[in-house]
Amino acid sequence: MITTKVATETQLTEEELRKALQLERIWQEPRGFVGWFKAVHHTTIGMRYVVTAFIFFLLAGLLAGAMRLQLAFPEAHFLSNDKYNQFFTMHGSTMMFLFAVPMMFEALSVYLVPLMVGTRNIAFPRLNAYSYYLYVFGGIMFYVAFLCNTGADRGWFAYVPLSGPDYGVGKRADFWAQLITFTEVSALAVAVEIIVTVFRLRAPGMSLNRIPIFVWGQVIVAFMVIFALPGVVLSSTMLLLDRTCGTQFFNPSVGGDVLLYQHLFWWFGHPEVYLIFIPGTAVVSTIVTTFSRRHIFGYLVLVLSLVSTGFIAFGLWVHHMFATGIPQIAESYFTGASMMIAIPTGVQIFCWIATMATGKVVLRTPMWWAIGFFFVFVMGGLTGMFLASVPTDLQVHDTYFVVAHFHYVLIGGAVFPLFGAIFYWFPKVTGRMLSEPLGQLSFWLFFIGFNVTFFPMHLVGLRGMPRRVYTYEPGMGWTLLNQIESSGYILLFLSVSILLWNVYRSLRRGRIAGPNPWHAGTLEWATTSPPPHYNFLHLPTVNGREALWDAAPNQPVVVGLSEDSRQILTTRSLDAEPDGREELPSPSIWPFLAALATTAAFIGSIFTPWGITIGSVPVAITMIGWFWPKKQAADRRRAREIWQND
Amino acid sequence: MKARISCAMLAAALLCATGCKREQRVFDPGSSQDQIANANAQNEIHAGVQWAPGPPSSPSGARYDESAYAVAEGKRLFQAFNCVGCHQYGGGGIGPALMDAQWIYGSHPAEIYADIVQGRPNGMPSFSGKIPDYQVWELVAYVRSLSGQLRADVAPARSDHMPVTKAEQARPKEHPSDETQQKRQP
Amino acid sequence: MMILAVPGFPGNQTSLNPVGPGASHIEFEFSLIFWITCAVYCIVLLGLVIAVARRRHSLETIPEPLATNEPTERLTRRSVTAAVAVTVVLLFIMLIGSFQTGRALGDMNQEDALPIEIYGHQWWWEVRYPNNEAYKIVETANEIHVPVGVPIRFSGTSRDVIHSFWAPNVSGKRDLLPGYKAEFVWQVDQPGRWRGQCAEYCGLQHAHMSFEIVAETKEQFAEWLSNQAKSSVQPSTPQATRGQQVFMTHACVLCHSIRGTSAGSRNGPDLTHLASRATIAAGTLPNTVGNLGGWILNAQSIKPGCRMPPNQLSGSELQDLLAYLETLK
Repeated sequence: MITTKVATETQLTEEELRKALQLERIWQEPRGFVGWFKAVHHTTIGMRYVVTAFIFFLLAGLLAGAMRLQLAFPEAHFLSNDKYNQFFTMHGSTMMFLFAVPMMFEALSVYLVPLMVGTRNIAFPRLNAYSYYLYVFGGIMFYVAFLCNTGADRGWFAYVPLSGPDYGVGKRADFWAQLITFTEVSALAVAVEIIVTVFRLRAPGMSLNRIPIFVWGQVIVAFMVIFALPGVVLSSTMLLLDRTCGTQFFNPSVGGDVLLYQHLFWWFGHPEVYLIFIPGTAVVSTIVTTFSRRHIFGYLVLVLSLVSTGFIAFGLWVHHMFATGIPQIAESYFTGASMMIAIPTGVQIFCWIATMATGKVVLRTPMWWAIGFFFVFVMGGLTGMFLASVPTDLQVHDTYFVVAHFHYVLIGGAVFPLFGAIFYWFPKVTGRMLSEPLGQLSFWLFFIGFNVTFFPMHLVGLRGMPRRVYTYEPGMGWTLLNQIESSGYILLFLSVSILLWNVYRSLRRGRIAGPNPWHAGTLEWATTSPPPHYNFLHLPTVNGREALWDAAPNQPVVVGLSEDSRQILTTRSLDAEPDGREELPSPSIWPFLAALATTAAFIGSIFTPWGITIGSVPVAITMIGWFWPKKQAADRRRAREIWQND
Repeated sequence: MKARISCAMLAAALLCATGCKREQRVFDPGSSQDQIANANAQNEIHAGVQWAPGPPSSPSGARYDESAYAVAEGKRLFQAFNCVGCHQYGGGGIGPALMDAQWIYGSHPAEIYADIVQGRPNGMPSFSGKIPDYQVWELVAYVRSLSGQLRADVAPARSDHMPVTKAEQARPKEHPSDETQQKRQP
Repeated sequence: MMILAVPGFPGNQTSLNPVGPGASHIEFEFSLIFWITCAVYCIVLLGLVIAVARRRHSLETIPEPLATNEPTERLTRRSVTAAVAVTVVLLFIMLIGSFQTGRALGDMNQEDALPIEIYGHQWWWEVRYPNNEAYKIVETANEIHVPVGVPIRFSGTSRDVIHSFWAPNVSGKRDLLPGYKAEFVWQVDQPGRWRGQCAEYCGLQHAHMSFEIVAETKEQFAEWLSNQAKSSVQPSTPQATRGQQVFMTHACVLCHSIRGTSAGSRNGPDLTHLASRATIAAGTLPNTVGNLGGWILNAQSIKPGCRMPPNQLSGSELQDLLAYLETLK
């Protein structure tokens, strides 16, 4: 009998070889130039997400370098005030909309979740491709606008009335608002795919209490995306309508409200940072498990903490608005919730430390990044206490103290885990190991550089330096701290450069990784590195929380699925008992064409309200092409359904 | 990959064509052509007579028409200098309407410039020496937007005041009688 | 400006040098949170470092995952539960402290506070001291004199976009939102000049939108206020008279008012007592003749994008104008 353990062996029998070739024929991605645009496999799209999001990270990092150069000297003239305003807005918007959520949620979940739950592809593969194209077109639009002096310049949250029709001159704020439209559709699409994949396509035996914590984190984020994104959809759409169609949503003189914008935005904006942070915790849980060589301590409370973080995150948003004059009693609820969310986060921290304290800690580069996460994120979370309390928030809000806080939680909570994830999963994705010495070097440079850059910001904020200022006066006592911060950037730049060099070099000359170089327990390590397009030669079944560690000696695999079509197994939501088969679509050009049509409609609507009306026609045509039923696939589905109804 | 790059370049070209000029922000265009305070040298222009002013005396007159920032500044100045007191938001009152196709002294930008700087009979004050040159050109650009002469992406959007009429970007383009003559001149 | 030294941050524009009850209450809460979070950080990270240091192994020696041991798991469960319990207790302490501080700040709200109105503009602060008798109303800009030890009720709004009124030595910030009337009570107990700065991004010159709260004795304040309520004196020297003519015939009158003359525009700051102010351009420059001259000639080179246009004046016109403006004490 074929078992999961056997499935990780690299020697294949005759029968298995034939099966592998057949599966490859069915599941392969199309080749050639046009074929590139037809790809639908989750690892292909996932890699594109990773690379694109990382490029945006680098772009935003370069913008930050220019900002730090401008702020290194009082009354400097490196960047004009107009350019600086564009730079800090582009930096923030890129990091939040084009890097953080697309990387931490979309890229990581699209690539890893189907592998971790043991299926052949993500649910709704063409939607997945569409979401990627929308994302990248939105990003390109944003940067092309930036190169034409039309870069957004109203801050990454673009409060009205500054971004409104009267004070937001030109088209800059329109491009910003439309960027949100692109990225929100993309994120919502991926959220739907992840939820369906996790609830319907898990390997048999992977009941809810055996789902890897990484997958739990991503599915909770997916639910949060669905509830949070509508807030910013509304606020950005209302802003666009005010700016292009003369609506009065935010016009106080006729009953509109500038605070309405803030409420709608931050209803999204606060959960947004948890969309970024929860995948970070999911990665840390995975790395800590593997590198402590034991099952994670407190699986149940960890999952419950993630769920409660997801809920409580929706109750915090007013803490971004404490200075606006909202009545004290209302603000006090948000103080309570903002402090309360530290409890599930604290539970997670204690469980991870407990895992390490009762396991055997292996200090390789991914683990170093996880340890760095502790140092940085916990500091950021604790400075959040100053912001949760209304009186102290009134002193540090909109100063560099807040800039320090959110960089500590975002870089600590997302970038450190992300770099850990890169070192951890690079062997799986490429089949080669990254260099360990270079990895340690880039870690230490980053850790030191990060603290040199961002720790002084706490101090300079307490010394009165507000945010979003393109310069400052010489006698304020801020100069030395700003210069320290700017020199820290150099270390960060070096660190990321070394990381990139490490990746480049290892792609060519890295040590070959086997299927499971870290001896980890989750299912993605049960297949070859890199995974084939059919993911698993034999679809696995699961016997415990860590599929490979808890596998029985004769752990069965799934047999009986058709090898002539893209057939996958569907299982029940709670206990993952098999309950049917589904066929996933083959590669198609329609998602790309639909994304082009949608892009044209969105960009057109920046310039004229008719853009949506006229633009919806090509979108409709491409959607019709996309959903047009194919006879053979319909026949196969009918045959499947007859069998399932027997 | 190639298609992506060429798409991006096409988009860039389109955006550059409109974006670069539209988003220009010049804060200090130099006041080299400021008029003398209280100077009152009127030219021979009369009501209803077609005047051939030649190219605008400030070649930058054309540029202001294409810069959203300049037009927005013109809008701000239109309120700050109390043009609204007589002309309202284009509908006129004490002064003539500015949003229709009737231009007593011509609709050419240089003619509007002359109206503001020199003043006109029946109540239009002379602002020479009071408003710097570049701000007069900004006002000229804004006044032209009141009758829909500017591109929709350059003209201002709705104000944050009580609305009295459509935003300038949504106004239909009026056709003054001297329009064809202007087309022949730069 | 004063040099700031660590720790304790004595100095201007810092929340850690409170000069009034508002900032003092906040500083107390700040210290409470600071010490608690400091302790938590050190303990947690120490725990991590100890765990990692004591349990280090290499991957090659432990290829198979460890089995869990029930007594250890039980002990670990208890430790984690205890840690969470301590966390909850500490959070409650900070929470109660936060509510107490908020209540103390709210208690500062007095009926008989001195009213001052603040209007945020892009990029300066309009200050108005209301009075039931119209001739005693004072309008000035960017420099707010207050008597020491007296509660001040600030009220205000923004005339354009969102600004934030913040003088950290005195109290926490308050956003000025168009369409909303903000009301808040501050008090300064220590005389001096306490700098504040706009703390909500408001456009091109957000970085140069500062103000000063000048706290002085009640007598000095009363004297200042009555002087500010007076109209400007007529110029007595020929040069100043010529300067007034320059003011009236150039662009100045379209934006600025000087009570006692026919200049009455409210677009820009009221200049009736310009010479009594210590800074110009919303705290950007000290108010000296040289700076004022440079500002008038080309404000855009100092504060690009601000509302003040460059003015072309001949040398003598400028000198006359400056002479006149210097008389506006």
